Amino acid sequence: MKMKQVKRNLNPPPTSLQAEFFARILAAWSARLGVAILLFVLVAIVLGPVISPYGVNQMDLTQILGKPSASHPFGCDSMGRDLLTRLLHGGRYSLLLGFAASMFGALIGTFIGCIAGYFGGITESLLMRLMDVWSAIPGMLLCILVSIVMGAGFFPTVLALSIGSVPGGVRMVRGQILVERKKEYIEAAESINCSKMSIMFHHLLPNVIQPMIIITTMGIGSTIIMASALSYIGLGIQPPTPEWGAMLADGRNYIREFPHLITFPGISIALTVISLNLLGDGLRDALDPKMRN
Amino acid sequence: MGKYVIQRVLQMFVIIWIAGFIVFTLMYMMPGDPAKILLGNDATESTILAKRAELGLDASYVEQLASFMYHAFVRFDFGYSWSYGVPVMQELLVRLPRTLFIGVSAMVLNVLLGTWLGVFAATHRGKWQDSLTMVIAMVFISVPDFWLALMCVLFFSINLGWLPAYGIDGPLSYVLPILSSAVAGIAINARQGRSSMLEVIHADFISTARAKGQKESVIVRKHMLPNAMMPIITGVGGGLAMVVAGSPIMESVFSIPGVGAYLLVGINLRDRPIVLACVVFFAVFTSVAILLMDLCYAFLDPRIKAQYAAKKVG
Amino acid sequence: MKSDTFPEAKTMKSDTFPEAKTMKHVAFLDVKNLEVIYTQNKRTVRAVNHVSFQLDRGQTLGLVGETGAGKTTIAKACMGILPTPPARILNGEIWLDAENILEIPKEKMLRIRGKKIAMVFQDPMTALNPLQTIGEQILEVIELHNAVSRHEGLKRAGQMLELVGIPAARHVEYPHQFSGGMKQRVVIAMALACDPELLLADEPTTALDVTIQAQVLELIKGLREKLNTAMILITHDLGVVAEICDKVAVIYAGQIIESGSKEDIFDRPAHPYTIGLFQSLPRLTAAEKWLKPIEGMPPDPTDLPDGCSFHPRCPYASKECALAEPDCIEIGTGHFCRCTKWMEVRTCQMHP
Repeated sequence: MKMKQVKRNLNPPPTSLQAEFFARILAAWSARLGVAILLFVLVAIVLGPVISPYGVNQMDLTQILGKPSASHPFGCDSMGRDLLTRLLHGGRYSLLLGFAASMFGALIGTFIGCIAGYFGGITESLLMRLMDVWSAIPGMLLCILVSIVMGAGFFPTVLALSIGSVPGGVRMVRGQILVERKKEYIEAAESINCSKMSIMFHHLLPNVIQPMIIITTMGIGSTIIMASALSYIGLGIQPPTPEWGAMLADGRNYIREFPHLITFPGISIALTVISLNLLGDGLRDALDPKMRN
Repeated sequence: MGKYVIQRVLQMFVIIWIAGFIVFTLMYMMPGDPAKILLGNDATESTILAKRAELGLDASYVEQLASFMYHAFVRFDFGYSWSYGVPVMQELLVRLPRTLFIGVSAMVLNVLLGTWLGVFAATHRGKWQDSLTMVIAMVFISVPDFWLALMCVLFFSINLGWLPAYGIDGPLSYVLPILSSAVAGIAINARQGRSSMLEVIHADFISTARAKGQKESVIVRKHMLPNAMMPIITGVGGGLAMVVAGSPIMESVFSIPGVGAYLLVGINLRDRPIVLACVVFFAVFTSVAILLMDLCYAFLDPRIKAQYAAKKVG
Repeated sequence: MKSDTFPEAKTMKSDTFPEAKTMKHVAFLDVKNLEVIYTQNKRTVRAVNHVSFQLDRGQTLGLVGETGAGKTTIAKACMGILPTPPARILNGEIWLDAENILEIPKEKMLRIRGKKIAMVFQDPMTALNPLQTIGEQILEVIELHNAVSRHEGLKRAGQMLELVGIPAARHVEYPHQFSGGMKQRVVIAMALACDPELLLADEPTTALDVTIQAQVLELIKGLREKLNTAMILITHDLGVVAEICDKVAVIYAGQIIESGSKEDIFDRPAHPYTIGLFQSLPRLTAAEKWLKPIEGMPPDPTDLPDGCSFHPRCPYASKECALAEPDCIEIGTGHFCRCTKWMEVRTCQMHP
């Protein structure tokens, strides 16, 4: 009888960890909306270019700056290319750039942060002072500088976009490791002769990964915005690749007469970024309730 | 406290020097021969050599670096623009006020409006006002600010004709640039303000204040707000730096001849003195803004102040 | 366990009858049938269930019980500062000086809070605003309830600090410059600044070292005698109760399961839970080898068991205990117990 009472107070065990985890992410309507939009965007940019009757760079001279119509629902650009087709195609670049640059930045950040937190001493202070210098130049500027030095292309652009997020990641990882290192379970691990490497990988790193995932996910959206800003000023991925920011730059010249050229690319960016931000919020709430309000 | 300030200022100088060194090196590594780019394709070998000598490009990397560091940080002189031949510092000083004005005004808007919205949402927690504010904040965080600027131009300048679309003719020209630069920050501060308010609302000292018989409105003003403002104030320095760093794009949208636009000119013309001068300005501005806000924070929060006072210089 | 004959005299005047049919006089504080719930995420927590008690000026009532039993909720309800939502007062009356606190308009309540009723909060570390000097914070309550100049107010704040053993000159310092014990004393000074008639002390000594604990208790005792303040002391420390309380109410799962004078509860406990509480304390005098902890866990307040809420853990429980909630029975003068089996329990205690 007494045991029954005790058991009744315990939560029922989760059916499966993954299912439980996803249920928690999708707990809020906002996160569900985010996932729905993201899926929509993904399906559109994967299938869109395949279904579309127009080629990405297929020009139709009769349709130069064509307004939205039945055959070209979003209209055509200054070279008579179908805007919708180019948007869907460009989405691949924007999303890929956003994901790749955020991941890459997180990886470098985690790596340097681990080295700083793990070795301590002079290594740590040197690295942290380097991060001070690094963050003295605002992220967008570093991005522009690296982009002009490295030139155009996919990987140079990924590097340029990721470089600004490194100092923040390093500080977070190092901070987290410093906090964890003081805890007694690390002392316990040391006392049973765990190797330093094993402590690093089995005890310290797992504490870092979760907040890193949250930060990285929440950063994808702003990275996509940064990528579009970069191509808006003519750096990063170059025409005729249909990057959303470059399409905005092109449409800027015709803003008076043909506003559809800037409206649709902008809405595409906003929709994608909103979905990623909503998902990021959901992920944060699911993984780390402490960070929530 | 005084010692701490001095230490921080010295640290800042070192950081800016190193940043200058890194930026110079990056620019040095930039592909292409600047002399060739300046003179165009039909230049002869001898004119190119002459140009290189004129720009000081025939010197070694170390010599060029030393010269740059000396002129930039000791004599505050960034030399002459390669393409225009005018002193860069002079041009920078003309453009500086415009960029600073937009940046600082946007930041003031950020803090005031953002905090107000955050407090508004937190005090209406769970009601429709809260949800609406947060949905709008989410939208404005996710919309690229330069696109928002373009849409503002489309709507307010072209469709309604209320405000100028570009240039700096009169104070009205600054309205749209300031607004578009501020919107993302307002949204960020509204979210931050809401969550720190919610944290404070449940703090024990709020119960204490209620137990004293204090009016709710006074509790919000005297106890909740000052505590909830702390995280926002911490972010002001970084936010200001962010707004100013976004100026290349904003100024290009609105055709404002500020420092950001100058940087883009320098980049397009591969004009190293212009780029270096602008980047050093941005680095100095960022560091000073963050330093000032840190000190401000320490001044406002007695706990941080005590920490700093206790720190030994060394 | 020492035991007297059962006093059955019901004719004696008593001010501790929670459900007395005939009231001889109006008590200073009279809580009647209080019921509070919390609603969160569609789950309802029954925090306080049918709690009634009375208190006179100069008396001290100890509310004893495990963490989460609803003690703080009772105090906050008396103060009128329960956060609503999530909390909601379903039922009950709280009469203070012949006024029902739950019906007093908000503006008038502001004048009562801090002046007539004051509260000492549980955690001194977080009960003070970190951005204001302590002088400023004590001054706040003084200025709210007295027409004094800032200068006079600060002087009074300094006096209050001296009263709790902190030099008045330290009023310009910030909370982080004080130790936990001193912060607690600042909180007490703040609570006493307007000579409250009712003081609610929520675990005022839990966060403190033993030596500081003794100082704070001495202080509270002295002040009570000086000002003739009625006091509710919330604690789970029976030692503290023995030290200062006149009356004790034992709370379990939001209910007073036993109440009476300190002697009643300490020397003649009747409810199995109260007995369990004492048995889980180490005693130097008794020749016991093992402590006897109460088995099981406190019940989930969102899902209280049917009948007596203690029955799943009660060694005396029978089938009937799971069926109906026991009534409050007066088993001695002013000694109440919510257990149908108290006779049996007491016999077992006397003849183990």
